[in-house]
Amino acid sequence: MNFWERLGRIDRRIIYLVVFLGVIIPILLKVTFKVEPMREVKQAYEEVEKLPPGSAVMISIDYDASSMPELQPMLVAILEHCFKKDLKVIMLGHWPLGLPLGQIALDKVAKKYGKVYGKDYVFLGFRPGVAAVMINLGKEIRQVFNSDYKGTPIDSLPVMQNIHNYNDIGILIGLEAGSTGDMWVQFAQARYNAKIILGATAVVAPDLYPYLQANQIVGLIGGLRGAADYESLVHVLGPAYLGMPAQTTIHVLVVILIILGNLGYFATRRRK
Amino acid sequence: MANVIWTWIAAGLTLAIFSFLYKDNPFYKLAEHIYVGSSAAFWFIYLWYFDVKPKLVDAWVQNTGFEKYILIVPAILAVLMLTRFIPTISWLSRWAIAFTVGMGAGLGITGALQGFLVPQLQATLLPIWVHVSDKFTVNLGYSLNNFILVIGTIATIFYFYFSKEHRGGLGYASKVGITFIMIAFGASFGYTVMARISLLIGRLFFLLHDWLHLV
Repeated sequence: MNFWERLGRIDRRIIYLVVFLGVIIPILLKVTFKVEPMREVKQAYEEVEKLPPGSAVMISIDYDASSMPELQPMLVAILEHCFKKDLKVIMLGHWPLGLPLGQIALDKVAKKYGKVYGKDYVFLGFRPGVAAVMINLGKEIRQVFNSDYKGTPIDSLPVMQNIHNYNDIGILIGLEAGSTGDMWVQFAQARYNAKIILGATAVVAPDLYPYLQANQIVGLIGGLRGAADYESLVHVLGPAYLGMPAQTTIHVLVVILIILGNLGYFATRRRK
Repeated sequence: MANVIWTWIAAGLTLAIFSFLYKDNPFYKLAEHIYVGSSAAFWFIYLWYFDVKPKLVDAWVQNTGFEKYILIVPAILAVLMLTRFIPTISWLSRWAIAFTVGMGAGLGITGALQGFLVPQLQATLLPIWVHVSDKFTVNLGYSLNNFILVIGTIATIFYFYFSKEHRGGLGYASKVGITFIMIAFGASFGYTVMARISLLIGRLFFLLHDWLHLV
């Protein structure tokens, strides 16, 4: 058995171990490097930056715990930006299992900036029927959410005064782990001309680039890299930023493994 | 104190799931079953409290007249959906399914046309020669981008044209199309690798930061 054949039969657990070390060592050594934000993330940041204080930002939690490592840092960075700029935050979600994640981030960042529930931000929660919810939000938010997550009538909350539909929302930010982002574009942007930024897992992000190219969305934050970019733009260096060196290490490792795998394949095929 | 206990439980379950990388074992099975069970319970509670109760039960109690009695229609459709469990009358569930499919198709078609097909077609109608402000100089970067986009779109559509054998001009065009498709698959694969590694980074960061306090 030559080198290539032996390499081809390597126990997969050895590769797992190498990947594990490739992730854990940069984190333990606290390696950091400067992140140059991507254009689409800068666009998203600038759109939020342009909003005057007091404008409303609607954030939709369309993910759950399985996408938390990518989208939760993104949510925290966006909330930091919104509260730093004194924007009103209206949070809702189309993934029920993700609502507690939205609540955790909202409570944490609001507390940091001394924001008051009901006055500066509100958590509307979840209503079933994604498309119907999006369409009715364009008519009157109260048709869908007459009360918040805790059952308080939204008319009793000062933050919701004069906010009735997408026209009263400065920007809509969807954090997507599935196809809900497509529906935001189809029902909120195409029908009501809502201004949308999408933040998505890296798996979903490639499918959203056509919307950016067609100006159907005004910004795109893709994957952990996108989250790290946004963190660096708002000067809050969180888990996404700290995870970038590990990500880079593994990318180099994957490229080496792909090259070795292909070399091995051609070498053994020639022998046969 | 409660936070510490939950962090230890989460760390233990994370390690139990990771243990599958070595081989299948009872710890992995336990964590898997806890996940499936708790997710199902969570969904059940959510659907009751955010769907059935407010939209049907509470609405029935609070409303009067037409708004009250129209609720009988969705209630009947919901019951019909459950007839799938009784083979002799399971055909009745088709009425409820027909309603759902009809509504879904209506929303989907209009949404896809208005929100995807037309805007995407518009976004492909691009000038191949992009001039800078003086109207005489060509912006090569933008022109090249637009050219690639237009050619990529047309060639990919040719690849999916199956009414004629892919020979001659159509064959060349479809080969260009498949090249663009492969590039798109490559980009998606790269992003998928990035996503999976991000999940691993997130979990290991949790173990090192929240649980062990090493970073």
